[in-house]
Amino acid sequence: MAQNLKEIRRRIKSVQNTQKMTSAMKLVSAAKLRRAQERANQARPYAEALRDVLEELAKNAASLRHPLLTERPVVRRGYIVLTSDRGLCGPYNAGVLRVVQRERQGQEAALVAVGKKGRDIFRRRKEEILAEFTPIGDNPSYLLAEAIGQEATAAFLSGRVDQVDLVWASSVSSVLSRPKVEQLLPVVRPRSDQPSGGVVPLFEPDEERVLAGLLPAYVNGVIYSALVDAKAAEHAARMLAMDSATNNAGDLIRSLILLRNRARQAAITSEIAEIVGGAAALE
Amino acid sequence: MNSYQLRVVTPERPFYEGPCTFMILRTEDGEIGVLHGHTPLVSPLVPTAVDLRLESDGTGRRFLAVSGGFLEVRPEQVTLLARTAEWASEIDRERAEAALERAEAQLADPASDRVRAQRAKRRAEARLKALALEEGVSGPGRRQAQAG
Repeated sequence: MAQNLKEIRRRIKSVQNTQKMTSAMKLVSAAKLRRAQERANQARPYAEALRDVLEELAKNAASLRHPLLTERPVVRRGYIVLTSDRGLCGPYNAGVLRVVQRERQGQEAALVAVGKKGRDIFRRRKEEILAEFTPIGDNPSYLLAEAIGQEATAAFLSGRVDQVDLVWASSVSSVLSRPKVEQLLPVVRPRSDQPSGGVVPLFEPDEERVLAGLLPAYVNGVIYSALVDAKAAEHAARMLAMDSATNNAGDLIRSLILLRNRARQAAITSEIAEIVGGAAALE
Repeated sequence: MNSYQLRVVTPERPFYEGPCTFMILRTEDGEIGVLHGHTPLVSPLVPTAVDLRLESDGTGRRFLAVSGGFLEVRPEQVTLLARTAEWASEIDRERAEAALERAEAQLADPASDRVRAQRAKRRAEARLKALALEEGVSGPGRRQAQAG
């Protein structure tokens, strides 16, 4: 009985230690989440301004051609998959990877792995990895987005893949995220349903050259937005996972304490019984 | 002189927003000056120093370096979509000079990626130009005094 009591005490101590870690991780994730959301907000003005320019251009030059806009029959697909570098973030990576599997429908595909978790899984499954970017850290830079964009564009232009989709977990709110798939290449021609309002701007040197500059910048911009969005989702997922881990540890500790008290009581009872029995034997 | 609203945004954050009366910078087509009432325009930028005059009397001069992007002029609103942007005061002269030397060495080496080296060279030149402009306004001795 005494052995059992000791063991229970040790387990309580151990679960308490785990709880300390999970609750610290939860606080860290909450702080990182705030920062990641801030970065996502800061990235918005550029993305919107760039999109505006592209739409303006599409409105005024609907017949524009560019290799990055050219659709072709899709034989091979490419996916850029954004995952986290580290685990302990609940269903965050599993959700993204499941969507990739669903999207490709058993067909072979070339993958660009961004983040360590995704890369490890793809390697284990012996998938074709076009390029990998790890680790991505907590503050993905625009330079990283440019590097990813360059790989994707090269693969598309060389014909290794006929379409490139971007898959990531998009944060819907600070607790909820949802996997999202967006076609990156060929660039979806922006809709020009609104009539051009006001003065038509001049495109210098000419529409073609402006477009040639805009499209890669747009692709990189979309990737960067997804990167910071995914980071916010990752921290939110980790915060949530650590919150429930902390709660579970609390429940576990409570039931262990109950067990411990019962064991202790049993030990005392049996001790008294022994004393009483001993005294009775002496009489 | 009338002023217009100037916005400098980079992919990572909005960099600057405020009224401006005149600015000079370089597009793919060459050097361009933007005053109030400029015709609406979209043009890609090469890496360039940007010379801003914020006040209507030509004072309030500020200089920055951008490493490419786009200039978008609309009525009353001018947007610089800059790949990266930094104020001249934030530029590290030694680093920019080292980058320039490195890029020139790469250009001399036939085995290297010439396009990339050329771009790096223009970025370094844009930074040094912004620094030179800043020193032209605030007096050339200042930075040396700081360095010594």
